[in-house]
Amino acid sequence: MNFDELFGHFGQHTVDGLSKGAIYALIALGYTLVYGVLRLINFAHSEVFVVGTFAVLGAWTAFGMQDRPGAGQAILFLLIGLIAAAVASGGTALALERIAYRPLRRRNAPPLVFLITAIGLSLVLVEILGLLLPRLVGGVFPTLFGRERQIVGMPTIIEQKPLITIGDTSITNVQAIVFFSALLMMAMLDWFINRTRYGRGVRAVAQNPETAALMGVNQDRVIMLIFVLGGVMAGAAALLWSVRFGFTQSSLGFVLGLKAFTAAVLGGIGNLRGALLGGLFLGLVEVYAATLYTSAWEDVVAFVVLIVVLMFRPTGLLGESLGRARA
Amino acid sequence: MMNKLRATEARRRAALSGIADRWAALPAWQRLIGVTAFIAILYYLPLLGVPGLTWLRTDSIDGGNSWAGVLFTCAIYVLVAIGLNVVVGLAGLLDLGYIGFFAIGAYSVALFGSTNSPVVKWMQRTFELEPTWAVAWAICIPLAIALSLTSGVILGWPTLRLRGDYLAIVTLGFGEIIRIVARNLTGVTNGAAGISAIPGPEGAPSADNQIFGLQDLKPWYWLAITVVLLMVFAVRRLENSRVGRSWLAIREDEDAAAVMGVNGFKFKLWAFAIGAALGGLSGFLFASRNAFIDPSQFNATLSILFVAMVVVGGSGNMVGVAFGAVLLAYLPERFRFVSDYRWVAFGFAMVVVMVLRPQGLIPSRRRARELQDRAKEAKVSV
Amino acid sequence: MSETTSTESREPVIPSQPGPRRLLLEIDQVVLRFGGVVALNEVSFQIHEGEILGLIGPNGAGKTTCFNVMTGVFKPTSGQVRFAGARVSGRKPPEISRMGISRTFQNIRLFPEMTALENVMVGTDSRHKTSVVGALFRLYRVRPKPEELPQVTSEAGLLRTWQQVRRSCAQIFGLSRHILEERAAEKKSLELLRFVGIQGRANEVARNLSYGDQRRLEIARALATEPKLICLDEPAAGFNPAEKEQLLKLIRQIRDRGHTVLLIEHDMRLVMGVTDRVVVLEFGTKIAEGSPDEVSRDPRVIAAYLGESVDAA
Repeated sequence: MNFDELFGHFGQHTVDGLSKGAIYALIALGYTLVYGVLRLINFAHSEVFVVGTFAVLGAWTAFGMQDRPGAGQAILFLLIGLIAAAVASGGTALALERIAYRPLRRRNAPPLVFLITAIGLSLVLVEILGLLLPRLVGGVFPTLFGRERQIVGMPTIIEQKPLITIGDTSITNVQAIVFFSALLMMAMLDWFINRTRYGRGVRAVAQNPETAALMGVNQDRVIMLIFVLGGVMAGAAALLWSVRFGFTQSSLGFVLGLKAFTAAVLGGIGNLRGALLGGLFLGLVEVYAATLYTSAWEDVVAFVVLIVVLMFRPTGLLGESLGRARA
Repeated sequence: MMNKLRATEARRRAALSGIADRWAALPAWQRLIGVTAFIAILYYLPLLGVPGLTWLRTDSIDGGNSWAGVLFTCAIYVLVAIGLNVVVGLAGLLDLGYIGFFAIGAYSVALFGSTNSPVVKWMQRTFELEPTWAVAWAICIPLAIALSLTSGVILGWPTLRLRGDYLAIVTLGFGEIIRIVARNLTGVTNGAAGISAIPGPEGAPSADNQIFGLQDLKPWYWLAITVVLLMVFAVRRLENSRVGRSWLAIREDEDAAAVMGVNGFKFKLWAFAIGAALGGLSGFLFASRNAFIDPSQFNATLSILFVAMVVVGGSGNMVGVAFGAVLLAYLPERFRFVSDYRWVAFGFAMVVVMVLRPQGLIPSRRRARELQDRAKEAKVSV
Repeated sequence: MSETTSTESREPVIPSQPGPRRLLLEIDQVVLRFGGVVALNEVSFQIHEGEILGLIGPNGAGKTTCFNVMTGVFKPTSGQVRFAGARVSGRKPPEISRMGISRTFQNIRLFPEMTALENVMVGTDSRHKTSVVGALFRLYRVRPKPEELPQVTSEAGLLRTWQQVRRSCAQIFGLSRHILEERAAEKKSLELLRFVGIQGRANEVARNLSYGDQRRLEIARALATEPKLICLDEPAAGFNPAEKEQLLKLIRQIRDRGHTVLLIEHDMRLVMGVTDRVVVLEFGTKIAEGSPDEVSRDPRVIAAYLGESVDAA
């Protein structure tokens, strides 16, 4: 156990952990929104995120982005990437709801049936990304797919440079962008759920679907809305991922999805601010643990945290409730 | 269009249950003959040479894999499906980390039975044994079962109190932990390099082995199918007992079952442990035949394939899950164009089955009990 | 713990004869709060062995809550529930079932994919012991009673020899407890199905039974656990008058089999027709207790029912 390294560069590890956790938090929002309203785990949400990363890369390739564009161009490409990812992820999430979940809901299927369906969908999506798409459009976007199922590199949009250095802790520009964009997205979502008419509908359905229906809230529309919102957040996470890590892979979603789900459960699934807290917390724990042991054990940490939380405090740090999201 | 699908579906179901009913109505001795004939066919399969049926063999296509080898894989998958069916189909616990138990079974024979394993080398050093020494294959069988069963209990003890969907995610995490541990504990498992020279019934794999060799895989299949039949027999016994009823009751309505005196936790833990033991046993057979394993063989996708076999085949019904397992193991081998797209196909099959036919292709139908006093009963009810 | 007391008081139960009888269930000053809401407020009453007690009250009066406290689903905030002298609160449902309390559910909760017979057998299983090892290996042997031995039915030939061999083996080695328990469970379950009048549907999956048969099946399943006290939660809900009449008869028969009955019911007439004593709840408080006649004349009860709806009719 490498305590010297951990405490010697504690600030640096904290910064790394927070910027990593911010991405988890954004993805976790998708789980939390769907769970808060429908009480089911949207297992395929991780693939919604992966679709987003491919959309970012596709858009960048299509618009001919080169490595290290100028500041003006970079902002333009960030916007293009965000739109592409949000549309692709939001659309995928919506499609999942319409094609699979809604028919099951109409039949009042038990939760496990939803879960198995979601697993199947997730398998299909991974395969479409890793196998079918490369064969279909691999010639058109060679950089987009490289060889089948391989890790695909992305052009660097912003070069990592230390932005602020305090002692031996330095915060890079990319880390700052990732962290604050994630916070901004979450603040916007929080505002949307808590302050707008649509958000009120969502909270009403989350608290009591029957009463909400009696009061004239269109439940189907609310459910579509939460899937789209979760998808858009995953799209934003996909863009930030692309900026920060610069690669994607069709099978990227599995582990990342499990971590984001852990983050959601950790904060209290169904609780928006809990997702933020859980994400950041998980990011920190992971980086600290990776420093203490080796990064090979990094993925185990999330699972152990998940098991421990579920055993001792299944309602998470902040408790579950989308209906009372203002808590 | 949906309605039409449902209508054909209903007709098919009626036809299927017709077969089941007719089968159940046969006298006992006829059923016995039927079962014996079926078992005989199972043992004959690797020799399959009936004109007109040889196209079924996987080596009938260009570059096809050894027919007996494919049959062996099918048998292993059937064993997995039977074990997972106890957990998912009977007790209603969605276990997405079944691969973890499979891996534990495989690694038990590898770690203790292979001369290449760091564990055996350590034992040789510590107890000053010959360099050819390793734990005998036959001793590895109970070892593999015990280790996987114990790991099932250890995982189940804290997690079985969780809600169903949480349990699913936690078990998924467990499967991954096992894989990552196997990859990272280089000093124990050789890490990503894997372990070779895993023994079979005749000891370490070598060209001198008379029966369980590397070329002729038929004996391996016969071994596996024997184990499968034994386990089918054992699980049947459980299914039609107080234990099986408790599992079903828990699956159907756990609270009501508790009020009727069913100790839910105890029976769920049993289901988990038995499932784990069967998973370990199949992993054990897999590793013995393969002679080499490495952590990448035990990935989460395979775990999900296991669940797909059970769910698509018809969870709760042994015939159904066995059918699902054979389908998912055999089709990609015989029809090569399937193999590229098999994961898409499996994923799609899961979705379609769940949306249109949640009970699976061959749904579980509670067998009418053979009433002891059927004749008396008839008189009373008239 | 209370075994000695229960064995010595095996005197025959005299139907509908109120008098000094052995105390079976005692609800003592039970308070149950959910957050700020008081669901039960110092409720006390007693159930004596062999009686049929009605628990009535308008909707939301706390009848089912009271029930849930008695069957261990909720733990009372304060107060005690004692069954045959032993504490109930804090025990888990399977334990309570073994103590001798069983129940049916207001909204039917059968095991829908299991056959009617199997549903009842789950109940009888609670008195049996075979577990995984016993069912798998069947090593635990029990000396069978003469009538439990395999019968020799065939007149002659190989089959007869085979049957004789089986009989001798059973005489020498005994039969496995598993098999004997299976037979006993099946026999008793069939008998119970006949008792509630649905023996013809034994092999039908519970989901496919008619509504009335499902209610009957729930009663059979509850009886299968050999309860001293059986609690019926609105068993007549959704029944037509003819079916209600049958149910009345069944409830009396249940008592005559030696079970004590607690009946939660909305329908006043049903309660008046069958119970020995009635307890009335309103807003979580007991407002009256006594014989059906007394209670139906009690002004507070009349007010409670008239104030709420015309259900009292």
